[in-house]
Amino acid sequence: MRLVAIGLVAGLFSALFGVGGGVVIVPLLVVVLKFAPRPATGTSLAAIGIIALAGTASYATRGHVEVGPAALVGIPAAFGAVAGSALQQRLATRTLSLAFAFLLAAVGVRLIV
Amino acid sequence: MTAVLLVGLLGFAGGVLAGLFGVGGGVLFVPTLALGLGLGQLNAEASSLLAILPTVVAGSWRQHRYGNVRWRAALGLGLAAVVGVEVGVRIATALPEDVLRRLFGGLLIVVAAQIAWRALRPRPAPMRERAERPRR
Repeated sequence: MRLVAIGLVAGLFSALFGVGGGVVIVPLLVVVLKFAPRPATGTSLAAIGIIALAGTASYATRGHVEVGPAALVGIPAAFGAVAGSALQQRLATRTLSLAFAFLLAAVGVRLIV
Repeated sequence: MTAVLLVGLLGFAGGVLAGLFGVGGGVLFVPTLALGLGLGQLNAEASSLLAILPTVVAGSWRQHRYGNVRWRAALGLGLAAVVGVEVGVRIATALPEDVLRRLFGGLLIVVAAQIAWRALRPRPAPMRERAERPRR
């Protein structure tokens, strides 16, 4: 039942913002359903597969999905993610995290103003 | 042509950062599509959902091999989410695009704060991740 509630929230969040929804699913699985961090991440990823598929289908029927640009970004990203998660095991610097947080915040401000 | 190469590179970089920080690629794909390729906010979000699929499929497969995926829970979440998705799509298409863009900007700032908070915590998450790295 709580799983259904988390799913509903995650789906709404994901479709509204065009993101996977891991930002909400992982913490909710950990806090509400007492998942350990790693299974929470793995399970969230698999759920996001279904959510992103549903979101794509729903937006596509309304004519908002642009396949070319999506492929241009998405296919290189799949290779990048493999490299990134391999790096994660070796590289754990606070500076890098803070730099990334700063970058995201800067883009956020750019989008708001 | 230059823009195409640049966006491809940004996609790759987005994937690397997603893998590194455990955030989905979406937070990076939406601005890349909007600012880099000039898509409107709504189309950028819609296309981002398609763009994250290859990364998510590859990632799920790897996590599955590590034994980290609880499939019944994932399926339950995913199916319940389909209803939420429909509501989210309706809200997003009904909102004016500049409101949607500002909401997304706000989300980026929240995610940035979350990452900074994790980094500044006494026991940084990446170290714990390393300790828990599963045996192949």
